[in-house]
Amino acid sequence: MRYIPNSPEERQEMLRGLGLSSAAELFDSLPQDVILKRPLDTPEALSEIELLERFEAMAARNAAARRPSFLGAGAYHHYAPTIVDSLIQRSEFFTAYTPYQPEISQGTLQAIFEFQTLVCQLTGMDVANASMYDGSTAMAEAVLMAERVTRRTRVLVSAAVHPEYLRVTETYVAHAGIELGRLEVDEETGRTSLDASALDDGVAAVVVQSPNFFGCVEDLRAFADRVHAAGALLVVVVTEAASFGLLRSPGACGADIVVAEGQSFGVPVSYGGPYVGLFSTREKYARQIPGRLAGVAFDKEGRRGFVLTLATREQHIRREKATSNICTNEGLIALAATVYMTAMGRRGLQEVAAQCAQKAAYARRRIGALEGFSLPHSAPVFNEFVVRAPSEAAGLLRRLASEHNVTGGLALSRYLPGRPNDILVCVTETNKRADIDALAEGLKGSSR
Amino acid sequence: MSITKATTHVTQNEALVFERSQAGRRGYRLPALDVEETAIDDLLPAELRREDDLEGVPELSEPDVVRHFTRISTWNYNIDLGLYPLGSCTMKYNSRLNERVARIPGFAGLHPLAPEEDAQGALEVMYELQQHLAEITGLPGVSLQPAAGAHGEMTGVMMIRAFLDARDGVTSDEAKRRKVMLIPDSAHGTNPASAHLSGFTVKTIRSTPEGLTDLDHLRELCASGAVAGLMLTNPNTCGIFERNIKEICRVIHEAGGLVYMDGANMNALVGVARPGDMGVDVIHLNLHKTFSTPHGGGGPGSGPCCCTAELEPFLPVPRVVRSDAEGGGATYGLDSERPQSVGRVKAFYGNFGMHLRALAYILTHGRDGLREATEAAVLNARFIAHGLADTFDRPFDSPPMHECLFTDKRQTRKGVHTLDIAKRLIDYGFHPMTIYFPLIVQGAMLIEPTESVGRAELQQFVDAMKEIAREAVEDADTVLGAPHTTRIGRLDEAAAARKPVLRWRPAEKAAGA
Repeated sequence: MRYIPNSPEERQEMLRGLGLSSAAELFDSLPQDVILKRPLDTPEALSEIELLERFEAMAARNAAARRPSFLGAGAYHHYAPTIVDSLIQRSEFFTAYTPYQPEISQGTLQAIFEFQTLVCQLTGMDVANASMYDGSTAMAEAVLMAERVTRRTRVLVSAAVHPEYLRVTETYVAHAGIELGRLEVDEETGRTSLDASALDDGVAAVVVQSPNFFGCVEDLRAFADRVHAAGALLVVVVTEAASFGLLRSPGACGADIVVAEGQSFGVPVSYGGPYVGLFSTREKYARQIPGRLAGVAFDKEGRRGFVLTLATREQHIRREKATSNICTNEGLIALAATVYMTAMGRRGLQEVAAQCAQKAAYARRRIGALEGFSLPHSAPVFNEFVVRAPSEAAGLLRRLASEHNVTGGLALSRYLPGRPNDILVCVTETNKRADIDALAEGLKGSSR
Repeated sequence: MSITKATTHVTQNEALVFERSQAGRRGYRLPALDVEETAIDDLLPAELRREDDLEGVPELSEPDVVRHFTRISTWNYNIDLGLYPLGSCTMKYNSRLNERVARIPGFAGLHPLAPEEDAQGALEVMYELQQHLAEITGLPGVSLQPAAGAHGEMTGVMMIRAFLDARDGVTSDEAKRRKVMLIPDSAHGTNPASAHLSGFTVKTIRSTPEGLTDLDHLRELCASGAVAGLMLTNPNTCGIFERNIKEICRVIHEAGGLVYMDGANMNALVGVARPGDMGVDVIHLNLHKTFSTPHGGGGPGSGPCCCTAELEPFLPVPRVVRSDAEGGGATYGLDSERPQSVGRVKAFYGNFGMHLRALAYILTHGRDGLREATEAAVLNARFIAHGLADTFDRPFDSPPMHECLFTDKRQTRKGVHTLDIAKRLIDYGFHPMTIYFPLIVQGAMLIEPTESVGRAELQQFVDAMKEIAREAVEDADTVLGAPHTTRIGRLDEAAAARKPVLRWRPAEKAAGA
């Protein structure tokens, strides 16, 4: 096996040096009745050439990867500068472990500190952690944290939060004594309605997503005042991180915890992962935050460095009393996001956001003008919006793909059976005008 | 001889990106907007737009960015540089071929909500990986959804919770629920944390003087009732195979509980023994350990769950399934219609990029190569154990599996402790071993070389450790002041935690903040 340095002959010599005659004797401490007495029933080894052929053949069966796409809903096609992938492939980054030995892990630690700072700047918060698995688990952790902070057990979640995020949160809180309530969506505006009677002193947090699952930008300021008046926390969820370049930050709107999916920052859609969860909060809650934190430290000569800190919150110290069970997070993906945010920089993040919003507005105008199609929600949007088609959406999208070679968006019926004709369309800076025109033409031609 | 550090060298003093920023620098270019521009107020009212102009976000050219991250990267130790013997972390070689596979555009560019018929290749990758992991563990039900080891643990114990509630007919009566999860005192901290998150009460099982689970204590705890299950690492965190594993599983099953195995140490077993054959009900694997997906400085990981047929209905949804058409040809799909499932643990289907790399690892090794890697890993650990046996204290006599455990007992007489030995190893060019874990062994040093290191380098490591042991007696100050060769010395972690500085702020604001 070419990844094993010691040759079979060398291994024989090493065995003899240990007083053993065969490799099987290395396992003499195992009882005979648990030893596998046959070879594994997995395939024979492939060469590099054969392996690449196999994977290329399987990749070719992913037809959707070759079409212009208007799919969003939690995963977004954005442009990533070439340097993002080349920098994260440096051995020093991708083959390092969690930075437990700071003297020889300063590259990773400084990058995490920069990541934390960038996340704070974009979300408008004071403290961010070193990352969560993804946006959905970050939301679940935010709900658990809200219970720890408030000692209250009811959490109201907007019905316009990504349905998969809600499912994940339900799993996480199933045994935590937390009850999830639901805030309805106003059909006309597409925004979440906050029913004042639901906001009593048992409510730990209100969770809203903005832009929400239907693409509508929520009025977070109005939420914050009412949620705080009830003594609860406002948790804001963002699935499209590119929106930070244009929309008022959740922190500036009064959010207490902000969680986001960071995939838009230079990370390929890669059939759903690996992505990176962003998690930020107010200074006063820093000791309740889940996951790892990097902080500044100095050596004896006063040189600045970085270490993992406030570890007494974490599982390796606190065990069952830890703020979370998370250990390995999404280090390399957080690094990709850090390189992306740095390379695009202040102006690039703004320009990407502006282009997304402008192109989405153009697409909305084109599709909204098609006979039989309508735009059911009136609230402002960023780069996603719902289109109501004159016929069943899933079939329409299949025809669009096969006849016009465009992936036209998401049939909302995948999650919401009561919305058979609705399509969630997402437009980013990667969609050319010609693609948008082809989408509009295709929708017209496919809506029979 | 004292060494003066070249503290003014640019590559040794790279500032934070924020400190490097210069207004007006750009590191990107987008195509010009190709649609008619809408007035910004018509797009979004001013009160919904940012007002801070993203102040503080860096402005840098492309070479600035490349130099910045390249320079700081050189302050990291890494597997490609040499032995990285962190115990229970399995820092093996991360193949570049697997990186290439994960970047094939047909995978990297595939949206997770693409219609199933247009994502057949990705679903086939996941299905095939599930099949191989089932064969390797001897446990037929597999979900690839968990994103890391602790996430897989949480999933596994939640499945135990759901199974027991269904079997015992418990719906709302809390008093009737089996709540006790037994965990050995040598376990990873994630085990009790995951059990707690899943609604269990943790009871700790003692270890014997041989470093094994104390069977008598286990029986005693089981006799007190309400036992839901056991979370066991095997080989355990002392690097020893739990030779009573079948009896342990029998005791738990007789008490009405289930056995969860932490698969962190599967690199000692692949192709040699299977948890399913030992009586284990559910296990998580760490693809970023045993199956070589890169650890990335702290993730992404991937923590698939494998379970018995009995537990399969409780796995997370959606499941990846295969249907065979009559006359050949298979199609793959996602199935969410599993009413007994614990639910979703993550959006979409798990860290798919890691699934690709792990499958590439399995196919590159082949069935013989998988066993060969296990043998080589255990052999390397034995080589180190043998080499250091006369120099360092070994808390347990049992022959080690893929990692070996020592303590600082013989060195503490001169005031040298495990931390000092670890820091001094850095001066010899090695990454330290895992230290102070497992918690039950004072001054623990847990060494896992993996199969990815050659004989000469193993010997160099043994020689370095012996040299440090000599220094501990003859020249303790050198060890106590280590490391001496790094850019910075030991950092004051206690001070960092007392007054945490967790982000950069502009200088003028920092004064008042």
